[in-house]
Amino acid sequence: MLVVSCSKKEANDANASSGSGAAATVAPVEVEILNVSYDPTRELYEAIDASFAKSYAEKTGVKVTVRQSHGGSGKQARAVIDGLEADVVTLGLAYDVDAVARAGLIAPDWASRLPNRSTPFTSTVVFLVRRGNPKTIRDWDDLVKPGVAVITPNPKTSGGARWNYLAAWGYAKRKAGGDDAHARDFVARLYKNVPVLDSGARGATTTFVERGLGDVLIAWESEALLAKSRPGGEKFDVVVPSTSIVAATPVSVVDKVADKRGTRAVADAYVQFLFTPEAQAIAAKEFYRTVEPAPADPPFARVALFTIEDEFGGWDKAQAAHFADGATFDQIYKPGN
Amino acid sequence: MSGVLDGRTTPETAARSRAVGRSEDIVRVALIAVGVGFLGVVVVLPIAAVLVEAFSDGVPAYFRAIAEPDTLAALRLTIGTAALVVPVNVVFGLAAGWAIGKFDFRGKTLLTSLIELPFAVSPVISGLIFVLAIGPRSALGGWLREHGVRVIFAWPGIALVTAFVTFAYVAREVITVMESTGRDKEEAAVVLGASGWQTFWHVTLPSVRWGLLYGVILCNARAMGEFGAVSVVSGHVRGQTNTLPLHVEALYEDYRFSAAFAVSSLLVGLAVVTLVAKVSLEAKTRAKGKVQS
Repeated sequence: MLVVSCSKKEANDANASSGSGAAATVAPVEVEILNVSYDPTRELYEAIDASFAKSYAEKTGVKVTVRQSHGGSGKQARAVIDGLEADVVTLGLAYDVDAVARAGLIAPDWASRLPNRSTPFTSTVVFLVRRGNPKTIRDWDDLVKPGVAVITPNPKTSGGARWNYLAAWGYAKRKAGGDDAHARDFVARLYKNVPVLDSGARGATTTFVERGLGDVLIAWESEALLAKSRPGGEKFDVVVPSTSIVAATPVSVVDKVADKRGTRAVADAYVQFLFTPEAQAIAAKEFYRTVEPAPADPPFARVALFTIEDEFGGWDKAQAAHFADGATFDQIYKPGN
Repeated sequence: MSGVLDGRTTPETAARSRAVGRSEDIVRVALIAVGVGFLGVVVVLPIAAVLVEAFSDGVPAYFRAIAEPDTLAALRLTIGTAALVVPVNVVFGLAAGWAIGKFDFRGKTLLTSLIELPFAVSPVISGLIFVLAIGPRSALGGWLREHGVRVIFAWPGIALVTAFVTFAYVAREVITVMESTGRDKEEAAVVLGASGWQTFWHVTLPSVRWGLLYGVILCNARAMGEFGAVSVVSGHVRGQTNTLPLHVEALYEDYRFSAAFAVSSLLVGLAVVTLVAKVSLEAKTRAKGKVQS
């Protein structure tokens, strides 16, 4: 068994090294890179990968195949640390890229290597409600009212859910003039209204959309608008709160893997491609907010946005204060009450 | 008690009908109804639902979903894994069954418990065990990686965990049958001058063939359907390390429900093929083995 895998691997290596070598010379060759991403970006990267392959082939004559792996952001980071050979990571939050960097696979200065803290597109946190908004959800305050069932995934396991939690916290804190005790009470009341905590963002969306559970889904704007654009989407309305968070989804080349596989040139070109007008236009079409103004920018609602740096001092602090074992979320969330 | 009113008039049936009371008829019908009803709810209904969903976007969409490169890659990986794992487990199961069922030795109970260990371990844990043991951060995994061998997050890892979670199926079935048949026939064969290999081939193997066959079916079904353990070591790379069950999940999460069910129906199809193979093999063995048993 191992003998076979060995020879197969050598074939891959030969392929990869001849690929990077030939990029500088003449003969068109094939290179394969792996983009390990988080859950709700499947449609987005399917479109971007095809566009990148086309543009890269035109420029260099090298045929690139981008393989995709999707899963919960934290789980994906873990897999890369455990040896999944990702040339590129495109994750749901900087904390997970930092985790891969801490394992020594990515240079510590990754966030400053690309524009906008290495974040090619962002989203924000909004609400998806049943058609006609029967529970009259207008803003975050309506989510803590008794009798409103809120669907959001578990922030301990889902990166997307952490953005939801932090958006609620930031809203309450700002409203109370920066009072964290008030925010804590508000978020505790909100999670009392959550009947099930799915483990991932897509699972929560499916719970709300397909299984019909809950009155309101706290979701990324991209997920909410995607659900609305699909067949059956007319059964839902998107409600945009007054204040929300910038959900920043950063990208990086995985230095160790790219150097070892000899795919550095392609991997660098790939992450840089994400900031080009072509990729930005695709992102806008998939309902992500773009960092460069894109031609087909969809009419996103105006929201007062704050960043995780503004309100929480960055991911390390937010993680330690809110989501670590025994931290705030564990204190305020008691299942079954 | 006039059970003769049913139009069948031969003396035998009339006599039998008299013997079977009406209340027993009711019990019989009720039991059959419960059995069939249960089968319908637990087996037929879900399979029907899978097929209905699979074709909900029409027949062309169904075949498009099946013919996608990622689906075909998942199909190849799943069949390849089963084709590798099942024979290995058959050899291992027979060897273990032969040793445990026919001989006494020190540590036999320990060996039996070890063989059954994968049954007791949650599949997710099985996967994590292999990530820890042969992942690139372990000593062995690091050495393998230096020599260019990828195990975890590649197909060898998938085959390895599949072998782990399925290896007790054949062994367990064979051990039970070997223990129950005893050693008399083998002893007679040896006394009559048969070699060890002849004894095994002509005496032991025919006596365990049903157990073996059943074990192979179970092993194959689990090997093709395993989700948890494979999910941990797969890395979920589309078109490369997604097995059919993982690919079904990926499609489902992509909101591609009918495609997900179309691929599920492939898995159902594989199960049916396995069952047909079993039945035809049974029929053949029965015809051939009549003299022996």
